[in-house]
Amino acid sequence: MNLAAIRSRLAGVEGRMYWRSLGELADTPEFRRYLHREFPEQASEWTDPKGRREFLKLMSASLALAGVGACTKQPPEDIVPYVRQPEDIVPGRPLFFASAIPFDGYAQAVLVESHMGRPTKIEGNPEHPASLGATDVFTQAAILGLYDPDRAQTITNRGEVRGWGNFLAALQSALSAQKGIQGAGIRFLTGTVTSPSMAELLATILRDYPQAKWHQYDSIGRDAARAAAQQPAGTASAPIYHFDKAEVVVSLDADFLSCGPASVRYQKDFARARRVTDERKEMNRLYAIESTPTLTGAKADHRLVLAAKEIEGFAGQLAAALSAGGAPSPQASPEWAKWASAIAKDLQAHRGRSAVVAGDFQTETVHALAHAMNQALGNIDATVTYGPALGAAVPDRSASLRDLVAAIDAGQVELLVVFDGNPAYTAPADLHFGERLMKIGLTVYHGLYVDETANLCHWNVAATHPLETWGDVRAFDGTVTLMQPIVAPLHEGRSADEVLGAFTVQPDRRNRDIVKDYWTRAFGGGGGWTIRDANGQPYKDAETFWRRSVHDGFIAGTAIADGGPATPFVPAPRPVTPPPAAAGAAAATPGNTLAQRNPPAPPPSATPASPAPRPAAPTAVPMQPSPDPSRASGSSQASSRDGSQGGLEIIFRPDPTVWDGRFANNGWLQELPKPLTKITWDTSAWIGPKLAEARGLQNGDVVVLKYRGNTARFPVFIVPGHPQQSVTVFFGYGRQKSGRVGTATKDAQQFNAFLLRTSDAPWFGDGLEISKTGDRYLLATTQEHHMMEGRAPVRVATLEEYAQEPSIIAEQGEKPPKTLTLYPEHVYDGYKWGMAIDLTSCTGCSACTIACVAENNIPVVGKEQVAIGREMHWIRVDHYFSGNNFDHAVEAYHQPVPCMQCENAPCELVCPVAATTHSSEGLNDMVYNRCVGTRYCSNNCPYKVRRFNFLLYQDWDTQSLYPMRNPDVSVRSRGVMEKCTYCVQRINQARIDAKGEDRSIRDGEIVTACQAACPSEAIVFGDLNDPNSQVSKIKKQERNYGILEDLNTRPRTTYLAALRNPNPELGE
Amino acid sequence: MADEPVYAPPPVIAPGHTFATVTDQIAAIVLTRRHPWSWLFGLSVGFMLTMMLMMAITWLLLKGTGIWGVNIPVGWGFAIINFVWWIGIGHAGTLISAILLLLKQDWRTSINRFAEAMTLFAVACAGIFPLIHTGRPWLAAYWLLPYPNTMGMWPQFRSPLIWDVFAVSTYAMVSLLFWYVGLVPDLATLRDRAKGLRLQRLFGVFSLGWRGSARHWERYESAYLLLAGLATPLVLSVHTVVSFDFAIGIIPGWHATIFPPYFVAGAIYAGFAMVLTLAIPLRVLYGLEDFITMRHLENMGKVTLVTGLIVAYGYVMEAFFGWYSANQYESFMIWNRVTGPYWYMYWALIFCNIITPQWLWFKKVRTTPVYLFLVAMVVNLGMWLERFVIVVTSLHRDFLPSSWGMYSPTRWDLMTFFGTIGLFVTLFFLFVRVLPMISIFEMRTMVPEAKVKGSKAH
Repeated sequence: MNLAAIRSRLAGVEGRMYWRSLGELADTPEFRRYLHREFPEQASEWTDPKGRREFLKLMSASLALAGVGACTKQPPEDIVPYVRQPEDIVPGRPLFFASAIPFDGYAQAVLVESHMGRPTKIEGNPEHPASLGATDVFTQAAILGLYDPDRAQTITNRGEVRGWGNFLAALQSALSAQKGIQGAGIRFLTGTVTSPSMAELLATILRDYPQAKWHQYDSIGRDAARAAAQQPAGTASAPIYHFDKAEVVVSLDADFLSCGPASVRYQKDFARARRVTDERKEMNRLYAIESTPTLTGAKADHRLVLAAKEIEGFAGQLAAALSAGGAPSPQASPEWAKWASAIAKDLQAHRGRSAVVAGDFQTETVHALAHAMNQALGNIDATVTYGPALGAAVPDRSASLRDLVAAIDAGQVELLVVFDGNPAYTAPADLHFGERLMKIGLTVYHGLYVDETANLCHWNVAATHPLETWGDVRAFDGTVTLMQPIVAPLHEGRSADEVLGAFTVQPDRRNRDIVKDYWTRAFGGGGGWTIRDANGQPYKDAETFWRRSVHDGFIAGTAIADGGPATPFVPAPRPVTPPPAAAGAAAATPGNTLAQRNPPAPPPSATPASPAPRPAAPTAVPMQPSPDPSRASGSSQASSRDGSQGGLEIIFRPDPTVWDGRFANNGWLQELPKPLTKITWDTSAWIGPKLAEARGLQNGDVVVLKYRGNTARFPVFIVPGHPQQSVTVFFGYGRQKSGRVGTATKDAQQFNAFLLRTSDAPWFGDGLEISKTGDRYLLATTQEHHMMEGRAPVRVATLEEYAQEPSIIAEQGEKPPKTLTLYPEHVYDGYKWGMAIDLTSCTGCSACTIACVAENNIPVVGKEQVAIGREMHWIRVDHYFSGNNFDHAVEAYHQPVPCMQCENAPCELVCPVAATTHSSEGLNDMVYNRCVGTRYCSNNCPYKVRRFNFLLYQDWDTQSLYPMRNPDVSVRSRGVMEKCTYCVQRINQARIDAKGEDRSIRDGEIVTACQAACPSEAIVFGDLNDPNSQVSKIKKQERNYGILEDLNTRPRTTYLAALRNPNPELGE
Repeated sequence: MADEPVYAPPPVIAPGHTFATVTDQIAAIVLTRRHPWSWLFGLSVGFMLTMMLMMAITWLLLKGTGIWGVNIPVGWGFAIINFVWWIGIGHAGTLISAILLLLKQDWRTSINRFAEAMTLFAVACAGIFPLIHTGRPWLAAYWLLPYPNTMGMWPQFRSPLIWDVFAVSTYAMVSLLFWYVGLVPDLATLRDRAKGLRLQRLFGVFSLGWRGSARHWERYESAYLLLAGLATPLVLSVHTVVSFDFAIGIIPGWHATIFPPYFVAGAIYAGFAMVLTLAIPLRVLYGLEDFITMRHLENMGKVTLVTGLIVAYGYVMEAFFGWYSANQYESFMIWNRVTGPYWYMYWALIFCNIITPQWLWFKKVRTTPVYLFLVAMVVNLGMWLERFVIVVTSLHRDFLPSSWGMYSPTRWDLMTFFGTIGLFVTLFFLFVRVLPMISIFEMRTMVPEAKVKGSKAH
């Protein structure tokens, strides 16, 4: 036990801290182990084999419970009422604060619901252009990330707890050594940085240490996309699409609806252009030319399945058909020609009202072709816009990590500061980044978790969660989005700004000062920002501007479209060395400033191509002068090397729920069924049915993937509509060092796509070999059957059919007369709640499911429980394939299924204790306290939307999760049935408000959690007794139907049939 | 009844017995005879299984229903299957005692006592399940009962589970009374024959001061007849109500009007099979071939055959309606039973419940105890399979293909099931040891002495 360490740790604590023993205070691994030994009951559960992911209950039982319930007494705690009531706080009423959750460097704008100072739920910021009120799954799950008991909690040095003061002291001594050599040994590694204040900090540091270098690496980078628009690389933003204005959209392997920082807004715009109402009987048309099946492809009216490497050829074909400069592909088949000419014709007919979208993970050529096509079609500045770069970027981003590796090998790096991103796990396999980290004299890791990288770094500085931090980050469209802390840091975390601040002359500046100071100066004219309020009027003063912007959550007028500048990298308030002229030039092309400043001083740093550093690493790639790796990943290089061997194509993709592994410890996201496969808790390698047949593979067979000398293991999953000679693997699994939820089990250690990824082919490449091992691996899915079996739960028609004969939807099912019941009709004098879900809009993104989990305190049950059919989601997203040829493109439909709140509810009839009853407003209320758990209601529910607490799924033991729970919703215990309530707590809140104001509840006043999160606005809730409510109007459409209406349950959650808009030229 | 009838069925008691020999032989089992080692062995096995049941239930209460294999969509599993199975078995006792009594089937006399005991024990086993299968048994134990409370909260009377509570508890109560009332004269006999004051007092207390006076006999006869009358409708009602648990539901495979008669027939079928299962070894072990004669066995075989045919009719009708209804859910349900993932359960059921009992058409089979025993065992299994097919294969694929799932029992399911078999065995072995397993006084009316006296008296 290190008393100095304890002392320093105490010094770093703000406010009062309770501790029970010095051992606990030091928080050493030994003490943790001791606690574990002392209370082994949870560790040796003997019913189930204990896996890594025994549900959240076990997540910290051994630690938290042991510490609390052991021999020590609870310290006396006084409850003191407010002497002076804080403004706006009404006990029991939540407050909402605007903030942002950065994702891949871009802001997801949010409103955070705060109950008595503790954030409990995240909603989208309705004012913010990137959100318009909606969120994606990651943003919804961020609330669990905040309270995750496995987060990094303190500053440590080689595992020993230290204080911020210790860290600063260590840093200062390292920096003083660097001062003399102008910081030549200092390196920073970050992901995409769009934060103007952080960019300025970096610029300041790089000015003070001119030889220091900043490297960037994003595991899910979109470098190819930035390279388009025929601008100097890195200076242009990725294209921004306006799908609300596009009537014809062609996706070239682009998953714009579910993948990327803009997906929320894109979904919203796309759905708006697709929505069919009684007045508007037209919709957009989407062609998806794609490799790995995506949710975007599932939404497409036409889907052409190609290998990833063939997309480029088809893009050329299409560009040629549009006379946009592409060459017809030599691989072209008559089918391609047919598709290309049909699509080209359709595009030509919609000049200026169409969009060609190139996939983030496609080559630069595809992007250039897409750009050319958009240009030829007059779409630029109509449906596609470009602007200056949002990310403050180093010159050649894609080679940046390789440069860093080369510098490490050359022994030039003495101090490396890594900001999040976990490069030891996510870096390309050929760089052996983890090994190289250990060669550096001093490494600092700033991250949310003690992960693989943290394990290898000397200093770990726990990062603050976005909800604990001040900050500024830009949304995909450029809008500067402000983060404000909703809660004081739960642990001793520091923000990235604060860590960077430690390198400046004011090392102890707090987060808020850094951000506010930057924007105060920006208000005064620094950094190229022109600051006006939303109406274009200037603000009174900086304070007004700041308060307004923090309140709104973003700075008005900073979007690229409104003339917002690139993220300034050199505001240069106090220029030191470079002459003013150079600084001005640098500001004009911000991305290149580093490059411009560096050339004159050629010390060993700028040498990716120098032959010197070759020693240890046998696979040292830096030697290969591959200036553009994303282009190299295309067909030319890969096929020339391996094509003759007839190997398969490998496609890399981020995981739809844990992304690149950063969300691996988030139980909500782990348990969220992955789109199209409905697998939870695990990854899989996707193969097409034909390949499966040829190799004799079944779902869950473990295969060894061999690619460029690297191997990984994966369980396979057969996905209809997958390209036949390709295998898709997803990042994010096989984590060696994550929390109790995310760390891979013994069997799954090698289910890691990063083991295969090399820096020259980040997204796809040829030469994959696949061999069956004979092992089987259990994949827990929430849906095993993806056929509709002629039952038409999803009713489908083409737009043309529907326009001609609207009754075509009703004819797909039976609707018995209302008189077929012995019981009298329910009478609704007041409200009569109902919901409508538009299947034409729904993309299957599952944001509704996570939103529901967060709102309704739904527990995580763990893989074993999901595998035996006990998931607890109140709203699930069913997925059905349609079409009879599984080898080719298949149609896929998604259907969110909450409780139907039936009028003649089968569940109510059979409950022996009246625990589920019909409310006077039409809900099937569930009375948890009364429920004895016969499960008869669930058996009798034809929709199977009821969920049962078979075991004690709620985590009563982890204290850090207590404040996360929504106080308005009962936390259900073991043995109780539960289900969707239409967010009855929100209904009641609105009722209280309305009664207080002596009025009735307005339409739109109640927004259910699923509805609020839905980026496609597919879910609408309201009063059916009000003929003018939005939901009543929607339900009047002829494509409105209920599932299993023939059972006479009379569901009040109804669906609007899925309409498709195929091009007659291409047929069905 | 004055003279010999033209056709005389084989006697229900072997020739040569007198009042004294009947009493001696049956009472001796309880009072004097050494019990065979197999009794002790059987009891030990049963007791161990019972302890296993206790452990399984304790763990269940500690951990929750999740230790079983139930899930969504299959919310009911082994617990309900076992419940219905045991309740079904419990039907034969009352049927034999009450209905056959009213129908004046005198062959029932030698088997009614232990058949009734079997009923009680089966109902006891069955009664465990509805309670422990709930998520919160400590509340279900009384919330399903209508008791006045300050909240004015009553059970929800539209739910078949409430009907179940009444049906099963009434049935258990009446069966117990019926059995006990029938025991009283025999308890008095044992009291009179017991050596040792303690035993005499014990039997004395339970024989309620029976002295065998004419008034006692007169009251006894009317009470017993009344109870038989009361029990008769129960035989039909209990399983009808149990079938409502399913028939009221809307799940294809449950929602069928044929369920009540088909369940009652199935219950009698199962009950007789279980009586055979018990009677055949008992008569050998305790040398009761004179009392439980071949005629009994053959009659029970015939009842089994008849009820088996009714059950078979039920299966055929289910399949027929699946097709005839032209309802896609119904026809899929049948198709799924026959060819779905649980096809082997269905075909095992057909083999056990339809094909095997056809052997009972042969007199040779009906009169060979070993064959009969084998058929009975197969039918016991078949009736369990029937409940599995009804409960699980209906639920696991209902309406929306997205929520289809599978069910497989866990070791706790199996332990609970075999545990109740152990409990049944334990109770039955104890019963055999401490109470006359055949009604002594009723058997006495079967011997020729009684007939002669009776006819002369008239």
